[in-house]
Amino acid sequence: MKTIVLIKQVPDTETKVKVNPGETDINREGINLVLNPYDEFAAEEAIKIKEAKGGEVVVCTLGEKKAEEAIRTALAMGADRAIRLDGEAFAGSDNYATAKALAKAIEKEGDYDLILCGKQAVDDDSAQVGTLVAEMLGIPSASLVINCEVGDGSVTITREIEGGNQELEIAMPCLLTAQKGLNEPRYPSLPGIMKAKRKKLDVLSAGDLGLGADEAGAAGSKTAIKELSMPPERKAGQVFEGEPEEIVPKVAQLLREEAKVI
Amino acid sequence: MSFPLTEEQHMVQLMVREFARKEIEPVAARNDVESRFPTAIIDKMGGLGLMGMMVPAEYGGGGTTAVSYVLALQEIAYACAATAVTMSVNNLVCGPLLEYGTEEQKEKYLIPLASGETLGSFAITEPEAGSDAASVSTRAVLKGNKYIINGSKVFITNGGHAGTFIVIARLGDKPRHRGMSAFIVERGTPGFEIGPEEKKMGVRASSTVSLVFDDCAVPAENMLGGEGEGFKIAMTALDSGRIGISSQAIGIARAAFDEAIKYGSMRKQFGRALVRNQAIQWMIADAARDIEAAHLLALSAAMAKDRGESFTRQASISKLFSSEAAVRICYDALQIHGGYGYTKDFKVERLYRDARVTTIYEGTSEVQRIVIANNALK
Ligand SMILES: Cc1cc2nc3c(=O)[nH]c(=O)nc-3n(C[C@H](O)[C@H](O)[C@H](O)COP(=O)(O)OP(=O)(O)OC[C@H]3O[C@@H](n4cnc5c(N)ncnc54)[C@H](O)[C@@H]3O)c2cc1C
Repeated sequence: MKTIVLIKQVPDTETKVKVNPGETDINREGINLVLNPYDEFAAEEAIKIKEAKGGEVVVCTLGEKKAEEAIRTALAMGADRAIRLDGEAFAGSDNYATAKALAKAIEKEGDYDLILCGKQAVDDDSAQVGTLVAEMLGIPSASLVINCEVGDGSVTITREIEGGNQELEIAMPCLLTAQKGLNEPRYPSLPGIMKAKRKKLDVLSAGDLGLGADEAGAAGSKTAIKELSMPPERKAGQVFEGEPEEIVPKVAQLLREEAKVI
Repeated sequence: MSFPLTEEQHMVQLMVREFARKEIEPVAARNDVESRFPTAIIDKMGGLGLMGMMVPAEYGGGGTTAVSYVLALQEIAYACAATAVTMSVNNLVCGPLLEYGTEEQKEKYLIPLASGETLGSFAITEPEAGSDAASVSTRAVLKGNKYIINGSKVFITNGGHAGTFIVIARLGDKPRHRGMSAFIVERGTPGFEIGPEEKKMGVRASSTVSLVFDDCAVPAENMLGGEGEGFKIAMTALDSGRIGISSQAIGIARAAFDEAIKYGSMRKQFGRALVRNQAIQWMIADAARDIEAAHLLALSAAMAKDRGESFTRQASISKLFSSEAAVRICYDALQIHGGYGYTKDFKVERLYRDARVTTIYEGTSEVQRIVIANNALK
C-alpha cells in the first residue's frame, strides 16, 4: 500500500498577517512557517494506514528549500520519504499550475493506492488543489473526509456535507482531502525528528517532470493575483445601557433597520 | 530571537511550543491552584522523548543536544514552570546514569527514566546540609552484599511520584566531599519513607517531599559510580541541571514579558495605553534586553556541553543571570498589571511566584557567585 501525501508550508495560524500596499504577497518578514494544519490530518491518516497495513508513505510538496522544514515535520511524524518540486520554472504557480506539477510528480512516482491532502491550505484557503490533482490524474476523489477505512481495493469514507454526513465507498486509487476530525495528529517525537534528517528527500525540477515552459509557473497558470488587501477594520461596537424594557426595542430596531440582520 | 538554529533545533522548538500551547497551558492555572501533579502530561512528554532529551534513543531518550534541551524547556516553562522543573529534574537524573551507570544499571533504571515510564529524583539536600552540600550526613554502611542507609533528605523534587532516586550519602571515613557516594534507591524499598508534599509558594504543580532512610538496605550493585565519587556525580549533574533551571527561568520571564505587553497595551489610564508611558517602556526595554542576554548565555553553556567541554562556570553564570532576571521581569510585569496583577485572575501572579524559586534551587544565587568567583580567582 503506497500513500502519497500532498503538503504545503504555510504561515503559523497565530501570525498577524500584514500586506504591503501594491504587493501581491503578504509580508513574510518574521513569520513562522509550519506544516498546513489540514495536511497534518492527511499525514497522520497515511501513517496510521501504514502502521495498520504496511507499505509506505511518500510526502510531496511544491515549494522552496524553506519548505523542507514542513517536509521534515511529516517525516518526523513517520512518513518514509519525500519529494520536493522546486525551481524558477514554478514561480508564480496558481492552483491549476500547482496541481499540474503535483499530478506530474505523482504520475512519475507511480504505483500509488491512495493520495491524501488537507481540505485546504490555511494561507490562501482556495481548497482546489486536491480535487484538481484527482481530475488531472483521472481518479475519483472525495473532499472533507472525517473518517476513512481502507478495505480491499476500495476505501469507505465519511465526509461532511451541508447539515450531515455522507458515507461513500470509493475504488482505489483515489484522492481524499482531510477535514478536521479525521484523526488527532501526533506530535513528532524527538527520535522521530532525529530520524527525519536521514530520510530520503528528492528534489525535482519542471524539466524532470517533463513540463514544458508554458505548463509550469505563471505561464502555466489560469489566474493571477492582481491585488491583496486587508479586510476593512471592524467598527467599534455600540453599548446600550439602561433597563431591558427600554433598550431591547431600540436594539431590535437597529438590528432591523441599520444592520439589516433580522 | 536572532540566534540561528539548525532545522532540527527549530523543529524541536516548534513541536514543544505546540505541545505546550495545546496540552499544558490550558490546565496550568488550575494545576497551580490545586497543587495537582500533571501525571498525564508527563506521560505524554515521556512518549515524545522530552524526559530524557540527551539520552540516546537506544536507551529510550530523545537523542538530542543540550541546545535543543534549552529550547524545549523554555517552551514548557512558558506554559507551566512546575511542569518544567519536573522535566528538568528527570533529565538531570538521566545524566549521571548515562555517564556513570553500568550496562545493567542503564538497562534497569535509565531506559524507564528516559522514556518517561518512571520518574526520577536526585537527593542531596538535608535539613543540616543546604548550600553546603559537602556536609551531608546521611550514611551508608556496607553489610554483606547490601548498603544500609540511614538519614534524611529534604526538598526532593519529583519525590512524591518518583520510582527511582539517586541518593547522595556518606560512605567510609573520608571527610566532606571525599567521603560521599551515590546510590540508586527504588521507591518501596523497606526502610525508605516518603514524606508529605511541601506546601509551596510557587511551582505548586510539582512535587517536593522529604525522604527518610531507616536501615534501608540497597543492593551493593546499586552504587552509582565508584566509592567516593558521590560529590563529583552530584556536581556534574548540577552543572547540567543549572542549564535546565536557567531555561526554566527564561521561559517564565518570556511569559511575563508577553503578559506585560498584552495588559499594558490594553489598559488605559490618563487617556492612553500604559505602554505609551516612558516609565513603562523602560521596564519593557530592560526585560527584552535581559531575556535576549539570558537566552544567549544559556545557549553558550549548552553549546559548551554539546562540544564536550567543561561548562561549570558558564552554567553558573547562565543560571545566576537568568533566574535573577526572571525575578526582576516578573516583578515589573506584575507592577504593570497594578492591582489586577495581585489577583489570581491574571497569569502574572503565578509567574511571579514561580520565578522566585529559580534563584534558590540547584544552588542559590549566592552559591552561583561563589562558583563563579572561585573560578575567576583560581
Ligand atoms: C522547590 C524546591 C525544590 C528542590 N529540589 C531539590 C532536589 O530535587 N534535590 C535536592 O537535593 N535539593 C532540592 N532543593 C533544595 C535546594 O537546592 C536548597 O534549598 C538550596 O540549595 C539552598 O539550601 P537551603 O535551603 O538549606 O538554604 P541555606 O543553605 O540554609 O541558605 C540560606 C541562605 O543563606 C545563603 N548562604 C548560605 N551559605 C552562604 C555563604 N557561604 N555565603 C553567602 N550566602 C550563603 C544562601 O544563599 C541562602 O540565601 C529544592 C528546594 C526547593 C525550594
